Amino acid sequence: MHSDLAIRVRQNFGFLTAVVLFCVVYLFYHLSHPKGFSSAVLIQNSNEVFTLALVAMAQTVPVLMGGLDLSVGALMTMVDCFASYLLSGAAGGTPLAMDFFGMQLSLGTLPGGVPGLLVGIVICLAIGTLGGLLNGVVVVYGRIQPIIATLATGAIYIGIALHLRPQPGGKIDEDLNWAITNSLGDFASTVHIFDDGAASWFAPVAWIPTPFVLLLLIALVVWVPFRRSVAGRTIYAVGSAEGAAYMSGLPIDRAKLIAFTLGGFLAACGGVFLAIQTSSGNADIPQAGAYTLNSIAAVVIGGTSLLGGSGSAIGSIFGALILRVISFTFRVFDIAPLLQPLFEGIILLGAVSISALRVLRIKNTLELFR
Amino acid sequence: MSALPASLKLSREDRPIAIAALFLVVILIAGTIYTWVRFGNAPLLSPNYLLLQLQIGAFLGIVAAGMMLVILISQIDLSAPWTLTAAAMMATAVGGFWAIPVALSVGLAVGIVNGLGVAYLRVPSMIFTLGVNAVMRGLMVAHTGGYAPQTEATPLMRSLAAERTFGIPNALFVWLAVSVAIVLLLRRAPLGRYIYAIGNKESAAYLAGVNTRLVTVICFALCGLTAGMAGVLLAGYSQKAYQGMGDAYLLPAIAAVVIGGTNILGGRGRYLGTLIGVILIVLLNSVLSIMDMPEAGRQAIYGSVIILMLLVYGRGERVTS
Repeated sequence: MHSDLAIRVRQNFGFLTAVVLFCVVYLFYHLSHPKGFSSAVLIQNSNEVFTLALVAMAQTVPVLMGGLDLSVGALMTMVDCFASYLLSGAAGGTPLAMDFFGMQLSLGTLPGGVPGLLVGIVICLAIGTLGGLLNGVVVVYGRIQPIIATLATGAIYIGIALHLRPQPGGKIDEDLNWAITNSLGDFASTVHIFDDGAASWFAPVAWIPTPFVLLLLIALVVWVPFRRSVAGRTIYAVGSAEGAAYMSGLPIDRAKLIAFTLGGFLAACGGVFLAIQTSSGNADIPQAGAYTLNSIAAVVIGGTSLLGGSGSAIGSIFGALILRVISFTFRVFDIAPLLQPLFEGIILLGAVSISALRVLRIKNTLELFR
Repeated sequence: MSALPASLKLSREDRPIAIAALFLVVILIAGTIYTWVRFGNAPLLSPNYLLLQLQIGAFLGIVAAGMMLVILISQIDLSAPWTLTAAAMMATAVGGFWAIPVALSVGLAVGIVNGLGVAYLRVPSMIFTLGVNAVMRGLMVAHTGGYAPQTEATPLMRSLAAERTFGIPNALFVWLAVSVAIVLLLRRAPLGRYIYAIGNKESAAYLAGVNTRLVTVICFALCGLTAGMAGVLLAGYSQKAYQGMGDAYLLPAIAAVVIGGTNILGGRGRYLGTLIGVILIVLLNSVLSIMDMPEAGRQAIYGSVIILMLLVYGRGERVTS
């Protein structure tokens, strides 16, 4: 029994380190924050973490397969720009038209009100999922290396985003913004459930931030079933040894397609949230790049191997949390903002160099070259 | 294909280069037809215009040359943007005679750090160079106080980057010198053989007696050096160093290497391909700007061209065993 636990700990060493590191830093943050342990601070934190956490989850799926997705930030940005049109919540509905090389194509009208918003969210998520599927098609049927294929598709997504929003702008329905980016109590009072959030049984959970609950839901409803499905297991197998996975008769092509599609869906969730949080759409190329690179950092800090085959999206959530909490802590201590990028870089380097301890344990030099 | 005479059959290394060169000609012709119909002239065919484009291409070309070495050993260097910027900022800050030596040492030092991290700590290059990039960015932000540096490039830097000798931009001579050095390294020096060997299978190269860690460090050091060199030229060209000056060079450099037929997984590729890849990207950009294409369309076309070219010749093998 004891040895079983020891093996599990050793197998999930990276993940457990990330969890412990996060808990320590976050506790420290709350202890030193003047308004620590309050709902307001939690809400603010979870709003700032959500998008990166989702983009990091999206990055995890291709990484588990031994690939890399350089388009997650671009895809997220594209969905963000779509959302800034589709979630405006105009009362009379939003007419959808497309200017296609000078031809005005009318695509019908998005209804106003809550149904319109729901349809808009579904369309946004569908667009992102489609983008992920396109990545998968290029990788699987085009047989192009994921890193370079997604570099190219990322440029296309950024192009579409820039076409939609040459300048930052757009509008998001205020109620939607309020409901999603505050506590559960505010959510309930905005959508008029549970006696507008005043129900007595609801009070103990009313302080929980809505983004946190959404993140938990996505992790439980999307990631956990995927992890247990044939496609999910195949992804891990492909990451460990693609040849062996093929010889075992696993559906490799289908699993890869599903992996990239799932990545697209998760990135789209992040994009929709970013639009709701900022109440606008912005085709910001540096920001898209920063999200992509931070997502890779979060994945690695969360204990997923860049070689593929081990790790999980849950770890990546903790990786994203650590990255963000570090910058929160800087704000509390009022460290000169100019030094922040330097500290962030050093901490990232330090965190990934911890894995170098593995090198010391290796007895046969050949084991280094995997 | 089998009906082709033997002399027309191209090796796996040469086919991408030939197709990329063909595509280069297609871009030139299409661009010329466009300008002829629209404006009644053909600037793309004037030597002066082409030289100007190549001068701008030299900065990308030098970054891509170093990047190719790293990609050949199946690693990647994501720290190029801020290595370039740091070198440029240090050069303008130091000024005088020592400007260029200092900038090149900065590039070399960053490259060596990258190499040590990847070769000895065995951190995946993707993440280690990303961290080094963040550290360099942090150092430069702290150094400049977040503002644009007020220092200027030295006359020598300006002359190297922006002036001409015998009507040919000096930057082209620098690019040529770097290119010749890389070709000699890859084709004539033992180190070149080691680089290809490591890219194909590092454990095999190790067992064959190659000091693979040292070669890895050297490749990263050279990549840092070329990034520093590009920083010197770019600062000379724009008269000063500025934040984010290197951001526009990372992905195009990788794309140029890959379009030129170098396998992103390492071990295969010729420098001529990288050269053509750089010219292709620069020319594509210039044709798109002549066409007055908005940034949105440019990005989309850029991505589509990379996918299209790789679909033609960059397809991998199916893993079946």
